[in-house]
Amino acid sequence: MTVKIYIPKDAAALALGAEKVAKAVAAEIAARGLDAQIVRNGTRGMIWLEPLVEVETAEGRVGYGPVKAADVPSLFDANFLSGGAHPRSLGKVEELPFFAKQTRLTFARCGVIDPLSLDDYRAHGGLRGLEKAVATTPAQIVQTVTDSGLRGRGGAGFPTGIKWKTVHDAVADRKYIVCNADEGDSATFADRMIMEGDPFVLIEGMAIAGIATGATKGFVYIRSEYPHAIATMTRAVEIARRAGILGTTVLGSPNAFDIEIRSGAGAYVCGEETSLLNSLEGKRGVVRAKPPLPAIQGLFGKPTVINNVISLASVPVIMDRGSEFYRDFGMGRSRGTIPVQLAGNVRNGGLFEVAFGITLGELVNEIGGGTASGRPVKAVQVGGPLGAYFPVSLFDTPFDYEAFAGKDGLIGHAGITVFDDTADMLKQARFAMEFCAIESCGKCTPCRIGSTRGVETLDKVAAGIEPQKNLELVADLCNTMKFGSLCALGGFTPYPVMSALTHFPEDFAPRTVAEAAE
Amino acid sequence: MGLVHEIDYGTPASKSEKMVTLTVDGFEVTVPEGTSIMRASMEAGIAIPKLCATDMVDAFGSCRLCLVEIEGRAGTPSSCTTPVAPGMVVHTQTGRLKDIRRGVMELYISDHPLDCLTCAANGDCELQDMAGAVGLRDVRYGYDGDNHVFAKKRDALEGSVANVRWMPKDESNPYFTYDPSKCIVCSRCVRACEEVQGTFALTIEGRGFDSRVSAGMHQPFLESECVSCGACVQACPTGTLTEKTVIEIGQPERSVVTTCAYCGVGCSFKAEMRGDELVRMVPYKHGKANRGHSCVKGRFAWGYATHKERILNPMIREKITDPWREVTWEEAFQHVANEFRRIQYQYGREAIGGITSSRCTNEETYLVQKLIRQGFRNNNVDTCARVCHSPTGYGLGQAFGTSAGTQDFDSVEHSDVIMVIGANPAAAHPVFASRMRKRLRKGAKLIVIDPRRTEMVKAPHVEAEYHLALRPGTNVAIVTSLAHVIVTEGLFNEAFIRERCDWSEFEDYAEFVSDPRHSPEEVEKLTGVPAETIRGAARLYATGGNGAIYYGLGVTEHSQGSTTVMGIANLAMLTGNIGRPGVGVNPLRGQNNVQGSCDMGSFPHEFPGYRHVSTDAVRETFEKLWGVELSAEPGLRIPNMLDAAVEGTFKGIYIQGEDILQSDPDTKHVSAGLAAMECVVVHDLFLNETARYAHVFLPGSTFLEKDGTFTNAERRINRVRKVMAPKNGYADWEVTQKLAQAMGLNWNYTHPSDVMDEIAATTPSFAKVSYDYLEKMGSVQWPCNEAAPEGTPIVHVNGFVRGKGKFIRTEYVATDEKTGPRFPLLLTTGRILSQYNVGAQTRRTENVVWHDEDLLEIHPHDAEQRGIRDGDFVRLTSRAGETTLRAQITDRVAPGVVYTTFHHPDTQANVITTDFSDWATNCPEYKVTAVQVAPSNGPSDWQREYQELSRQTRRIASLEAAE
Repeated sequence: MTVKIYIPKDAAALALGAEKVAKAVAAEIAARGLDAQIVRNGTRGMIWLEPLVEVETAEGRVGYGPVKAADVPSLFDANFLSGGAHPRSLGKVEELPFFAKQTRLTFARCGVIDPLSLDDYRAHGGLRGLEKAVATTPAQIVQTVTDSGLRGRGGAGFPTGIKWKTVHDAVADRKYIVCNADEGDSATFADRMIMEGDPFVLIEGMAIAGIATGATKGFVYIRSEYPHAIATMTRAVEIARRAGILGTTVLGSPNAFDIEIRSGAGAYVCGEETSLLNSLEGKRGVVRAKPPLPAIQGLFGKPTVINNVISLASVPVIMDRGSEFYRDFGMGRSRGTIPVQLAGNVRNGGLFEVAFGITLGELVNEIGGGTASGRPVKAVQVGGPLGAYFPVSLFDTPFDYEAFAGKDGLIGHAGITVFDDTADMLKQARFAMEFCAIESCGKCTPCRIGSTRGVETLDKVAAGIEPQKNLELVADLCNTMKFGSLCALGGFTPYPVMSALTHFPEDFAPRTVAEAAE
Repeated sequence: MGLVHEIDYGTPASKSEKMVTLTVDGFEVTVPEGTSIMRASMEAGIAIPKLCATDMVDAFGSCRLCLVEIEGRAGTPSSCTTPVAPGMVVHTQTGRLKDIRRGVMELYISDHPLDCLTCAANGDCELQDMAGAVGLRDVRYGYDGDNHVFAKKRDALEGSVANVRWMPKDESNPYFTYDPSKCIVCSRCVRACEEVQGTFALTIEGRGFDSRVSAGMHQPFLESECVSCGACVQACPTGTLTEKTVIEIGQPERSVVTTCAYCGVGCSFKAEMRGDELVRMVPYKHGKANRGHSCVKGRFAWGYATHKERILNPMIREKITDPWREVTWEEAFQHVANEFRRIQYQYGREAIGGITSSRCTNEETYLVQKLIRQGFRNNNVDTCARVCHSPTGYGLGQAFGTSAGTQDFDSVEHSDVIMVIGANPAAAHPVFASRMRKRLRKGAKLIVIDPRRTEMVKAPHVEAEYHLALRPGTNVAIVTSLAHVIVTEGLFNEAFIRERCDWSEFEDYAEFVSDPRHSPEEVEKLTGVPAETIRGAARLYATGGNGAIYYGLGVTEHSQGSTTVMGIANLAMLTGNIGRPGVGVNPLRGQNNVQGSCDMGSFPHEFPGYRHVSTDAVRETFEKLWGVELSAEPGLRIPNMLDAAVEGTFKGIYIQGEDILQSDPDTKHVSAGLAAMECVVVHDLFLNETARYAHVFLPGSTFLEKDGTFTNAERRINRVRKVMAPKNGYADWEVTQKLAQAMGLNWNYTHPSDVMDEIAATTPSFAKVSYDYLEKMGSVQWPCNEAAPEGTPIVHVNGFVRGKGKFIRTEYVATDEKTGPRFPLLLTTGRILSQYNVGAQTRRTENVVWHDEDLLEIHPHDAEQRGIRDGDFVRLTSRAGETTLRAQITDRVAPGVVYTTFHHPDTQANVITTDFSDWATNCPEYKVTAVQVAPSNGPSDWQREYQELSRQTRRIASLEAAE
């Protein structure tokens, strides 16, 4: 029997040398005349173990990692095709604690299957959601999604079902589904991971959204920095079209739905939904004022569902297993699972899908294993560059939209960046302002001018120029930006700045005379 | 007096009929659904601070000053982008809002020059106002930070270095400057250019702090696509975009609302004055024709009013070869009176006549025709409408019973299909073109019938569904073929026709158009327009919803001009596109008061109100009032006057404000006619071309110097108001009155309103019009009488004025002007945006930077065959004459067709045009002339002689003596 060897083609794995490993494995198979087949899967999400090579054995899939190309001959020598022991042996992948502790609903197939094999996809439960969707009414689909408690995973946490209902109820000659795959937050990679590891689940989710709302055309707006995701999605859409999943009769039903893949042009702000719509329309990526909501007047002025990749990719499992199944995970008003992404100075970096409610401390210390540097954790930034810094003293905060908001923070796209005790929080505050200055679309005044002034004022603080007065000015500026900005870019920049200032005031205090004199 | 301050409601009005009541700061206010909170507050008298909002463009939400708090809603939404909701409770001034607003203003001012006292916008700057409104007292950021204000910045290592963000002032546009250092990036100019003007010349370049307004691709304004309409300047809340006149003179202190004297759109403007100096013309938002928009001509090109070539003293000479001699007004009037009486005594009563002006007011026109009918005792009066829209008067009169367009301009907002025939509103009626394009951008479909690919065919976000690029001279064939498709494919509106039209006439017409010789397939052979395009256009017009036709001189100035007008009327009747908003048949009138001059009895066969001179009752009305017996015989038309002059029976003429030598066809014939006269009196601002043949020159006054009314293309009677004293001493109506008095007529008008009262008393369609009424209403559209006290925006609503709409057969008869071996190309003529008509005014303004000579557009194929390169001097020859001008090679014209404008006297395009004219009205066939084009070394002999003669005949003795 042919042995299947899984070597990820995920961009993170490729960055860590997966391509070289794959070539080396292929060469060894050929040289040794073995009956083995290489499958290029997505990643399991344990990035510190990449390239993670898996072999399908009678007992299950056993892993070796991180594997370097140089390790490959020795793996064969150790008879790894039968799960033989080797210094890189990890045992059964699904029994690794990082993996075993997860609740993989959205990412159930990611890293497991060949991303572009529809047979694999079906074999692992794919298309069951869409099959149910075509057999029911649009209103019923919207109801199921509403009942599941699914909230937008892009960061805002808006109930997905309500958004869909607005578009469903809108009367128009055309409607659109737009998938926001402009994943630009630092420490986030969930969107990319699923697009590269299980693209059909996103296509299935979008098709369900289309049927639910009466939209017949979908766009996936993928940031240009994700060439592998763009390639995989493009290919997957072609395959889905040929298989009748997309097209004029979705799965043979009277519903039409097709998808176009669009590449972004490199602006962070285009991850903001209204800028994204402008960019899709070929205009400058500038934020639009709301109202009108995109659900009423979105792409090309038509009612539009604009959802994050993970929101849409979570829909098939909800349709398949029912709203109650999904809703039973989580806490409070945060239902279901969330793919937490651990990054920065962390030992076990990767994606961890888990029900809402796990504490920040568990995630950072137990799952993430503390810092990679081995030094004490000083702070974590949750929710990308516009998220608040949490000190260790707030590590008991459960992962929940409301609980985070209660601590002046946000979950955002669920990326966690870990910092050890060498981090200078004044520099981090300045970085937030600088990031905003670089990425501002320039439409609204608080963000356009405020971010530049923020950098300058924090520089004055760092230089010891009237620190007290300038810190007051920073606080006032943050107030103006938070409440005055048109979109979340300017509106959320105060989160990292003010949280740094609140939790780490010592980093903003005047430096020693010796330092100042230099 | 004082400045007219128009309330800026911040966002456009909602058109919803459903009303919503909300509370703003404790005051209840009821507004249409869809109104913004900002506008609702303003209605309640509460001005929420704002910078990026202005009611000419849609809400944008960028400045973040207009934030409000709404009970029960989180956050601080911007009031410009948030619509009202029933029962909503809004607070516009809270501690939280004050902090945010002050914070925002502090940021604005941290990147803005502090030169308020020397800034041209001082006193007219919304940024300044807002800094005051929010109580900004301190800019704690200082002014050392990153900025766009200073050319240099301090660098820690290198000292003073260039600030890369700073950009110098762009002064390339002749009328306004762009100072990037003062820009607050509110995008009002960009949005005005997009939404109001529709040119899309402006954008914001860069992002974040880099953001700045940019014309085109970071070009100077003059080099960009900018058409200098002024919408951006008007929209700018700061001194970033400022009129150069404001920079030179200072802020105005009073404004007078008046009407533009350029095209037939009739835009309302505020003439903003300091003392008797005009500072700027600003479009008036309450103007119902323009709704606050303008074009480069009306907004900026008024400098001719004080141009040094303007003649301010009356002049006389015995022979046209003599130099001019300045005389007193009294001497001039007496001289003219004596001469005219002498000529009539010597050659008969019919030996003199006059031409009214479509540039002058209704009152002035009325007086000139009155002078002729009452004083000259004949009907030898004509007007320049003879050479433009006389076929409209005739054709629409025949079909519908009125000689004017059927709609108001607002109607276009309800159109679904717009058919533009032989008109280029983007150049000739720019403000209406902008309104049309706005509708087209919202989804209405466009059909263009024009030999040339005009600016209407393709514009930003607007593209014609069908462009029927026909051979010049084949309009009737095309229009009849459109009717063929509508009738044979059963697309006509039978219910409408049965109710509103004469069914038997329809049947006759249907039989006529159904003949296979009118089928698109046959007509394709004549017109060069593919049959499928004709069919598609006909189907779209007939079935696409509200269909409106707008047409121009490309329809009328043909030997079958009147036939085409009737054909257009037939199309509208066939499809039921008459009598409601969004439809209709609309001639785009060329001049400011060409509609009015026709209304005022300027034609030799009609009294005011289009009543034939042979109608006894009408004659009696005037005879009783004027105390003379009036002639029942129609008088001479312009071409007949010239013919008669050449024959020796017509010897004297009073020409008010028209340059027939340049504007009328077959220049040589016109000059021969004028040369044969014994007393040519020209009443004009400048020594125009016709004045070269004049014996008396009476200086005219500009529209800024008199009271009166203009009637625009939508029959709207707009007030013209005197903003300064006439520099020549008398308004034109006073000159005509004094001339009449010198001829012994007992005229005693003390104000143009007296004249309007006489018009109202004698002309039923003007019965209710008076200056008091116009003051109250702003403007009215005639008919305005007991039956329609508020005027008539749309005519033929419940039935045609003439009773039943009349279908008339429109047989295509090819013009006698045919191409052949000697003259293988067809010349057609038109206008350009920056120049107006014969250019007498616009050539005396900075508008010449856009168009300083007439060019001959020729297709690359025709140019190649003749060895002509772009920019070469070419000789343009017809059987009538020849001229030279430079060639511009372009595929906007089809092979076999050449095109030029007629704005410059040096070119004299009308030397080329022939004496063919409309069969019904004598409207000249300007639009079709068979020509040949060949490379040339320079001006033709004729042009050289003309220039010399021009110099000779313009000498003024007193000036020469002084030299």
